[in-house]
Amino acid sequence: MNVSHAWLKDFVAHALTPDEIRDLLTSRVATVDAVEPLRADLAPFVVARVVECARHPDAEKLSVTRVDDGSGTLLDVVCGAPNVQAGKLYPFARVGTVMPGGLKIEKRKIRGAISNGMLCSARELGLGEDHHGILELTVDAAPGTPLLSVMPVGDTRIDVDISPNRPDLLSHLGIARELAAATGVALDPLGGRGPELTDEAAAALRAAAAEGPSAVAELLRGWEASGGVAQRVRAAAPAGPPPDGRRARAREATVDGVRVAIEDVAGCPRYLGAVIRGVKVGPSPAWLRERIEAVGGRSISNVVDVTNYMLHGFGQPMHAFDLTKLAGPSVIIRRARPGERLTTLDGVERTLTPSMTVIADAERAQALAGVMGGRASEVSDATTDIFLEVAAFSPKGVRGTRRALNLSTDASHRFERGTDVDSAEVWLMHAVHLLIEVAGGVQRTWHADAYPTPEDRKPLTLRADRVRRLLGEVVPAGDIAELLASVGFEVDVAAGTRMLHGQEELVVTAPTWRRDVVREVDLIEEVARLRGYDSFSSELRPFRPGRVPDAPGWAVARRVTDALVAAGLFEVRPMPFVAAGGDGAEPHVRVTNPLAEDEPYLRRDILETLAARAEYNLRQMQGNVRLFEVGTVFQPNSDRRPGSLPREEMRVGALLMGARRPPHFAGDAEPPSIDEWDAKGVAELAVAAVYPGECALRPPSGQDAGGRLWDIVKTADGGAAEIVGGVRRLALDAPVWAKPAFGIELRLWAVDSAPVAPPGSGVQLQTEVKRVGLADQTVRYRPIPTLPAAEIDLALIVPDRDRAGETLTAEIVEGVVRRASGELLERIVLFDEFRDEAKWPNARSLAWRLTFRHPERTLRDKEIDGRRDKVLKTLESELGVKPRI
Amino acid sequence: MPPSLPPSLQSFEQQLAELRREAIPAIEQADGAEALEAARVKYLGRKSGWMAELSKALGTLPAAEKPDAGKRFNEAKAEIERRLEERTVAVAGSGAQGRVVDLTMPARHPWRGARHPVTLVLDEIESIFRELGFTIALGPEAESEWYNFGALNFPADHPAMDMHDTLYLDGGVVLRTHTSPVQIRTLQRYAPPIRVIIPGNVYRRDFFDPSHAPMFAQVEGLAVDEGISFVDLKATLTHFATRLFGKTRTRFRPSFFPFTEPSAEMDVECRLCGGKGCSACKGTGWMEILGSGMVHPAVLEAAGLDSERYTGWAFGMGPGRMANLVYGIPDIRLLYDSDVRFLEQFAR
Repeated sequence: MNVSHAWLKDFVAHALTPDEIRDLLTSRVATVDAVEPLRADLAPFVVARVVECARHPDAEKLSVTRVDDGSGTLLDVVCGAPNVQAGKLYPFARVGTVMPGGLKIEKRKIRGAISNGMLCSARELGLGEDHHGILELTVDAAPGTPLLSVMPVGDTRIDVDISPNRPDLLSHLGIARELAAATGVALDPLGGRGPELTDEAAAALRAAAAEGPSAVAELLRGWEASGGVAQRVRAAAPAGPPPDGRRARAREATVDGVRVAIEDVAGCPRYLGAVIRGVKVGPSPAWLRERIEAVGGRSISNVVDVTNYMLHGFGQPMHAFDLTKLAGPSVIIRRARPGERLTTLDGVERTLTPSMTVIADAERAQALAGVMGGRASEVSDATTDIFLEVAAFSPKGVRGTRRALNLSTDASHRFERGTDVDSAEVWLMHAVHLLIEVAGGVQRTWHADAYPTPEDRKPLTLRADRVRRLLGEVVPAGDIAELLASVGFEVDVAAGTRMLHGQEELVVTAPTWRRDVVREVDLIEEVARLRGYDSFSSELRPFRPGRVPDAPGWAVARRVTDALVAAGLFEVRPMPFVAAGGDGAEPHVRVTNPLAEDEPYLRRDILETLAARAEYNLRQMQGNVRLFEVGTVFQPNSDRRPGSLPREEMRVGALLMGARRPPHFAGDAEPPSIDEWDAKGVAELAVAAVYPGECALRPPSGQDAGGRLWDIVKTADGGAAEIVGGVRRLALDAPVWAKPAFGIELRLWAVDSAPVAPPGSGVQLQTEVKRVGLADQTVRYRPIPTLPAAEIDLALIVPDRDRAGETLTAEIVEGVVRRASGELLERIVLFDEFRDEAKWPNARSLAWRLTFRHPERTLRDKEIDGRRDKVLKTLESELGVKPRI
Repeated sequence: MPPSLPPSLQSFEQQLAELRREAIPAIEQADGAEALEAARVKYLGRKSGWMAELSKALGTLPAAEKPDAGKRFNEAKAEIERRLEERTVAVAGSGAQGRVVDLTMPARHPWRGARHPVTLVLDEIESIFRELGFTIALGPEAESEWYNFGALNFPADHPAMDMHDTLYLDGGVVLRTHTSPVQIRTLQRYAPPIRVIIPGNVYRRDFFDPSHAPMFAQVEGLAVDEGISFVDLKATLTHFATRLFGKTRTRFRPSFFPFTEPSAEMDVECRLCGGKGCSACKGTGWMEILGSGMVHPAVLEAAGLDSERYTGWAFGMGPGRMANLVYGIPDIRLLYDSDVRFLEQFAR
């Protein structure tokens, strides 16, 4: 919302600078995003004194002057103005200054004389039309002083960020009302443009204004009837008293021969219209044009400008129809007919649907209710008779039309948020008054007011104790009443503060423009902000610690993050959108309104994302890529009913490629590349962090292993083995120099998406959820050995297949070694693999180092030899494995 | 000095230990082939070396102690031999004989990993609140409209919804636009006192540009109990700001969120200009850090709580924005690109 600093003064005679207004609004009302002097373009201009002035030798109309611009050197400046005089001060543009019209002032030669700058006229500065000569400054200022500091020209625009619950602030009146409350300066609710009044009438109007707009309307109505209005209003006011029943709760009314009828009451709770005949459409007077331009608008004509003035000044959107273009003449508020067409003011022909409310004449739609008028009945230079609309349209209806047509306007913005239905009549009367003032014409009869079911304003109860409990400090009831009254809340004085159950209570009615205030808590917010958030203490008070246990997924995520960072990986947080579950793969969850059409799906695996991120790095010529992410993956729910949530898992994924270590001068200039054994090691680190003692890495069974190297299998609890992750080779879109890439993916936590409880209820388990603590530790201390161990090496020839033709793995062989070694075996390490097809076809040499230790005595050589023999014998008999000789 | 030899295992072992204490540093400090040869002769020399002397002493020990003593002897001898060999290689590798090793050369390191800057900020926020009795709650990223909007007092079809441009999934499911649905899930599941911090990813239908992304991290906090007030909100968040930034002034100003009332945004003094006003803070001297407010009674009621008995406060903030501020990252897309040259800057 653009607010004009000057316009605010029409409402409140404040003495605040724009920056003070910014701070005041920000701390009490709404945040000011920007404060922008509208004539910032004048900042580079300075005051300069003409020291000498002589006729140009070669040009009769030019003068050659010497100018003091405060820089210390006198400048030669050629000037064409007839009024230039030595000794006087003028606005001066130095070389390099850009004029408001865009021209850059340069040093140049004019008829042979050098000119170092320009003395400026009012028109050249955009300060008026006067171009008879340069602008003489009658100020007392030293040469070099910035022009803006001696001549505060131009308004300041204050950009206020208005939240959607405060449509009342979408007007100068609304902002001014808050300023008035904050400063104690009186508010003129008609913005300084009300009718000229006698002192007595003015006092009555002020009193009514303090009560609210309905009181103002009532007062004005009374004045109309008694003829006691000021001269200007009387001249324009319709003859005779308003017809009886004008305020009837009716859907229909008539004004000066025009029938007004609301057919769509849901879309339009209230509709007012006035007819003004004999207007002269033309340019707006300067004050009106300035106001419109100050808020960033464009002056169109006096009639249109008045409607925009009412919108920005009072928050009431209006529309002026050319009455002669309305068939009937009638104005009917109805739903659009299927396929009905309307060309709006922006020149676009739009096809309407019955969900949209329109303003129609007897034949066809003439305007989109609350959004935009129609081309056909637009006010033109030829217009003489006007039908002026002030209405309240339903926020939801306007929102629907705006969204359906993707057509957002200043009017729709306000209607969507809700306008002040009950003040609409005041604004219509004020607009008629202004319109006649700037465009002439007469209003022959009273306006029409179709308002079938006026809204009741329900008083709210506000407990002083509730204020204390919510805000944490005692605010006396008297202060509460005063704060609320300062911005138009009616605190029931007759009821006073009621004492109920020993508690003080206030009865408060929100003003008509505060439809957002519907509960006690809304009033408490008003109290807090009007008292000032800064006025509340910020001292820590005692609290009870929470009883919610940490989310299991969070604890696991932290452990695995620690492990992988320690292993030299970088954590990433990319976006989970992917191109497709193409290649007939498993189905992906689809975003129905994606931003990027080429990535409309949510990933099923972290590695989908990490592979793309690795390829990005390869394109940046980065070949050492070690990434991991703790993130969410999505799978379609097998339950396809509407509202069923996708299945979600929190997982960790890791991708490894490039050098195993950084290069080092001492024998490691070209470290080897990361291989599958590095990947397996990192996977085991992750597994140890997430599933300590519960998981093992197993080669995948079956033929369709693809790039899979190992499955991570959860075996604990004696239940069925469950695959919770895996390690695989990744096929990346990679340049030739890239090293092999390996991927790891591991489930951390199955996210529970199911509703906890139906709306409006909770289950509120208080059960102590298990926290992992010292009591859960599975580590048990074993005594540190005091006796020496004995080590032997076993070098074996292991055939690729056993006698039954099954693959003979190192794991199987090691199992047999362990079993045959007995319980004195302390440690077994596989330390060598070697193939020599010539010596051992279809077999390999594997070597283990075995460590034996007896807890109570030193083992004798004979005992060790005995074990070796037993192990070798068992290996040969069970697996056909022989020692290497 | 060659030892005198009292015949017991204990003193034999003491002699071995003494040998190690002297020999190992001497070998490690030998800075050339000559020095190494001298050390070899001194300790391992066949005729009068220290080991040779000890070998004689070994023979004088009682028979029962010989196996153990012999084993120790062999270990010590093997170690001295190994170290001599390693040192010889090192001295030879260092270039010309007799030169000292250049100790300014770089150390050998494994790769260093790093947390993402957003995680670093989240960790810091979480740890500050954990000191204040908060725990961590998580929830799903795909949510029902009720948890994401309805329960949080968003009026249906209202401009307040425009602040949350939403990504939809099939079947009327949304990608959560904020972490606040977890507030409802937590309030439904646990009885007060509740003090939780809720980190997570959220989604908005915003184009990917230097200051917007369709997915970003958010973290929020919720405290609900009897007797919780706006003063608690201000005090806790002020404490938080001070812990995060050091001594700083804070400012609370009115705001609007459907799920809190009163609502407030908290600013801290601009980090760049110290409150004097600069282009980063648009001349105000303040920087917006978080949104907050007292939990709206309608939210407590939606979660099945008695809003007369319980009150609470909540806050929410964007750790991505905070990371940009703290680390001077000019474009949030850097947080998503996963460029290793960016990520390695956060290794420590």
